[in-house]
Amino acid sequence: MSVTKKRYAMTVDTRQCVGCKACVLSCKAENDVPDGFCRDWIVEDVRGEFPLLAAEIRSERCNHCSDAPCVKNCPTGASHVNEGGIVLVTHGKCSGCKACIAACPYDARFVHPKGYVDKCTFCLHRVQKGLKPGCVAVCPTGTLAFGDLNDSESDVSKNLRTRRWKVNHPESGAQPNLFFLL
Amino acid sequence: MTQSRREFIKIGAAGVAVAAAGTGLASNWWGLDPDVVHDPGTDGDKIVPTFCELCFWKCGVLAHVKNGRVTKIQGNPEHPLSNGRLCPRGTGGMGLLYDPDRLKRPLLRRKGKRGEQAFEEVSWEAALDFTAEKLELIRKTHGPEAVALFSHGYGGSFFKTLMAAYGSASIAAPSYAQCRGAREVGFQLTFGSSLGSPENLDLGNSRCITLIGSHLGENMHNTQVQDFAAAIAKGATVIAVDPRFSTAAGKAKYWLPIKPGTDIALLLAWMHVIVNEGLYDREYVDANTTGLAELRAHLEDKTPEWAFTETTIRPEVIVETARVIAGARPASLIHPGRHTSWYGDDTQRSRAVAILNALVGSWGRRGGFFIPASMGAPKIALPAPATKPRPAPDTPKGVSFPFADETLAHGLRDASIPGTAAYDVKGWIVYGTNLIQALPEPAKTIQAIQELELLVAVDVLPAEIVGWADVVLPECTYLERWDDVGVTPWREPFLAVRQPVVAPMHESKPGWWIAKQLATRLGHGDFFPYDDAGKMVEGRLAKAGYDVDAVKAKGLVRGKAVPVTTEDGLALSFATPSKKIEIYSKQMEAAGLAPLPVYTHHEEAGSGRFRLLYGRSPVHTFGRTTNNRFLGEVMKDNEVWLNAKIAKERGLANGQNVVLVNQDGVKSPPARLKATERMRPDCVYVVHGFGHTDPGLKFAKGRGIDDNALMSRSKIDPAMGGTGMNVNFVSVEKA
Amino acid sequence: MTPQFLETVTTRANAQIDPSLHVWGFEITIYLFLGGIVAGIFILAAALELVSGARPLSRFLRPVPFAALALLSVGMLALWLDLEHRLWAWRFYAVFRPTSPMSWGAWILWLVYPVGLAWGLGSLGSEERGVLRRWVPGVLRSAFEGILAFADKRRRSILVAAVLVGTSLGLYTGLLLGTMPSRLAWNSAVLGPLFLASGVSTGAATLLLLRLDDAERKTLVRWDAIAIGVELVLIVLLFLGWATSGEAGRFAAHSFLGGPYTAVFWSLVVVMGLLVPLAMEFLESRRHLRFVVIVPVLILAGGLALRWILLAAGQASSFRLLP
Repeated sequence: MSVTKKRYAMTVDTRQCVGCKACVLSCKAENDVPDGFCRDWIVEDVRGEFPLLAAEIRSERCNHCSDAPCVKNCPTGASHVNEGGIVLVTHGKCSGCKACIAACPYDARFVHPKGYVDKCTFCLHRVQKGLKPGCVAVCPTGTLAFGDLNDSESDVSKNLRTRRWKVNHPESGAQPNLFFLL
Repeated sequence: MTQSRREFIKIGAAGVAVAAAGTGLASNWWGLDPDVVHDPGTDGDKIVPTFCELCFWKCGVLAHVKNGRVTKIQGNPEHPLSNGRLCPRGTGGMGLLYDPDRLKRPLLRRKGKRGEQAFEEVSWEAALDFTAEKLELIRKTHGPEAVALFSHGYGGSFFKTLMAAYGSASIAAPSYAQCRGAREVGFQLTFGSSLGSPENLDLGNSRCITLIGSHLGENMHNTQVQDFAAAIAKGATVIAVDPRFSTAAGKAKYWLPIKPGTDIALLLAWMHVIVNEGLYDREYVDANTTGLAELRAHLEDKTPEWAFTETTIRPEVIVETARVIAGARPASLIHPGRHTSWYGDDTQRSRAVAILNALVGSWGRRGGFFIPASMGAPKIALPAPATKPRPAPDTPKGVSFPFADETLAHGLRDASIPGTAAYDVKGWIVYGTNLIQALPEPAKTIQAIQELELLVAVDVLPAEIVGWADVVLPECTYLERWDDVGVTPWREPFLAVRQPVVAPMHESKPGWWIAKQLATRLGHGDFFPYDDAGKMVEGRLAKAGYDVDAVKAKGLVRGKAVPVTTEDGLALSFATPSKKIEIYSKQMEAAGLAPLPVYTHHEEAGSGRFRLLYGRSPVHTFGRTTNNRFLGEVMKDNEVWLNAKIAKERGLANGQNVVLVNQDGVKSPPARLKATERMRPDCVYVVHGFGHTDPGLKFAKGRGIDDNALMSRSKIDPAMGGTGMNVNFVSVEKA
Repeated sequence: MTPQFLETVTTRANAQIDPSLHVWGFEITIYLFLGGIVAGIFILAAALELVSGARPLSRFLRPVPFAALALLSVGMLALWLDLEHRLWAWRFYAVFRPTSPMSWGAWILWLVYPVGLAWGLGSLGSEERGVLRRWVPGVLRSAFEGILAFADKRRRSILVAAVLVGTSLGLYTGLLLGTMPSRLAWNSAVLGPLFLASGVSTGAATLLLLRLDDAERKTLVRWDAIAIGVELVLIVLLFLGWATSGEAGRFAAHSFLGGPYTAVFWSLVVVMGLLVPLAMEFLESRRHLRFVVIVPVLILAGGLALRWILLAAGQASSFRLLP
């Protein structure tokens, strides 16, 4: 019997997202994110000229890259790859040098007022309890799906098989795991 | 040469040593220095189900309480209105509960004029005694009907009971004449049923959704947005009619950037195409409606070409969208909207929407309007009021609105200006509604307030209206109180409970307690035959035969599903005089109003001015939540949307501060300009609910602008008395 | 640069991240600047002695290793001040992370001090050693004598080591930035050599401020001119690299060609910091004119400006700002 390692990923359905920001606020409450900071956010792109316009709304966060520049650039080992490829920061190992912030192609990290670098964790503490990440659980439009790419029956695997998708800045070479369904 | 080779070997050896050490050193010291999955620790040691009051949709929530503090609020998976999911506001109950600006103790104005905010903190005893004495005095000198109740929110039920006991029928909510009223009347006249809240829309199964006067998605009613997204996922066609490229327009196959105020022309032209081309649901229309022939004649000259001149929507687009709408029938829903008080002919507009829905046969059909199911619990027996109160004086002398089926909030305000109505209103009890921002012509509201003998404000936060009160009674939030049993007609029957998650903070009290205390002092304690609203709720549930503990543990009880569409086996019936869908309304005719919707060409902005449009953000419930610092994390203020090219022509840059000046010279404070391609060139748009002025709202005060302050004009709907508010024009100037 | 008809709105407004990244400020500029100078001093002063055939350096050059370590310590203080979690600085030395240039740097700094000390002690004359002996406590006396003996015996190896650690230090300051693929204006292998060359030049400038003998001065001026020449070539290569790497390179180059850093880069760094000093050094070698203060000051100002501009422009050149 071969045990495949998990590879957690998230899909964001840009067709369904209305940009309501419930994901942002749910994350802030779930993870006690300090005032003035966010771990996930909404980007709204509107292209065109009145009255020929097209919109794309994306719920964005750390991409938990398979080849994560933040982990490679961390001098202390605080930024590391945890279960299922989720990139985490061990608070007690972080000196706050900010090399990871500069290295991140998505500007997904920030300095927590307590001094360590903070970012989205894919709510691994919830995932380990069998729950969905906070943003996925709250999303009223069903825009967000979370799961294991190595499980062909997971929502994310199915979405990537059946839909057109893109990632942000594939040219960064970081191999992101946040997929936007088009 | 030899030396350099030796050096090379040395370096190589050092490299191997580093690599060897690295396997441990570069990771975790062989597990002695482990990586950590930090748990933020926000899971409650107690999880209490209740239902939300950040807006009025009443979604079931689960509140996590840790060490006596609410840490987070999540959707209740069992609850049919939330399905475990929440809108952004619902996640932010903590921001209301722990708002440092909350009203903490009763306040009494002992000196100074109204509005000077010369309040004194007093005991509940003193505040209640003062209020009851004043109420008794008004009842003696002017009669009980001279006291009006304005209310918004689920807790208002107890104050309605108080009013019944006291003897007044002057009870109004701005959610009628300033919001949904015209829509309800239009549907009532056509289908014999209004829509209520939550609306009976089966959006999730629609194959074509036409949004006209709805920016669903920004209007963030949880279940409705869930269903909207589900329909999009299933490939439904969206037609968005909006002068602004709304979020929903971004999802739409067809965006029709209509000239504001011309919806009826478009609706008539759509019907013209559908009727002329025979695309309507013949079987349904023949079986269930009256007046098609009259409609056909009425529509003869309402051609797409005619509508183009009014709406600026090209005729071929009108024809194509009409065919798409009809092509998806009966799962084709022309959304009735919610807030529809715009131009003074809003009942006609609502009728046009209703008739179009009738033509595609969406009423009572899957993907259209379901017929809601509900379940109840026996009401507690109350004494009969001593006398039948006089009707509310909510219209000017000699004026009546034939189809006003609720009291007009602005009408009660106007009746407070002496000598204008059937009799004068002398006292206001204002429960949870900020009349300063809710009623158009705010100068009139201030004038009326200064004429009053008593103004009581029951609220959680110092909204502007609270600053004008004589006595302020601080209510606790929805997370700290019992309210009456939650009865919500919906696709499936259910009952929900609102129960306290934490004890009331500060000296705030639940609404039921405040109402009971006042009733007792006025000699009507028998209208509140309980010492604890929780016991009353439990009693009602037990009497209905439910397992009280289970209902409290789950937050609700669900009933058996019943047919809600014809596809489920429902038989259609209509509570109109003809027992049919009344395309041609004899009721309107009898009242001297147009029996078929007529288009009125409304006044236009004129050069240099823009029509002031307003709407909503998914993050806020008008001004009620703009002081919520948690929600403020994603939206702290509003912006003035203006067409990018117009802005450029006027030398206005995106992001700079501008002021709006209306046709009567009323000037707004500065607000950020959003110069955007997303707007028609003839109007501006702001999100309603910002621009607070009360110094007690320390977070919201001075952020953004209040559109209502610029509404020095409104246009009255002759059918139901609603106030059309899209009739104000502004110029945009550099701040 | 930005395509027309695109309106982007984001809810994110994280401090130091938005609207554009600014996590590293003057502390890191100072650290990179001083690190470069120290690298230059290590390379140049050690090489001077090596090429002079082990003839002792002139009086003012002999204590230079200690001065360099002092400068480096000021730089490291700045680096430490930049940390957000200062008490956790020791975490740098709990691991070695081979993929992290910053980890390499942290450990290289460890090497700089012992090499510098051994080099510096070996450079001292007998009189200065006599003074030091009086200060060393009794228990350390024999160790001190041992180090002195080692420093004398291995003088040549220590000088070679000084050149090597100096080179590592100089390269590392540039590689640290160059290995951040996400910062478009940093993402270049040229940055390491460029910072090394600039370090050599600023190190030379620092040494030229001292009173040197004529031979030393002549050699240093020549080496500095070479370093400046190399820097100019590397800057050309940097722009060539951007010119051939598509949209990302275009965006990176824009900061210096029309973007916000254009004026300061070309005036302060290229003209005043490189071309003018190079011309003056040329005049010095051909016409025997001496610019004792002006040339070093221009070079140092240019070197500081180079680091400040690259640090700021690089942080601002985020992928997310690409069209």
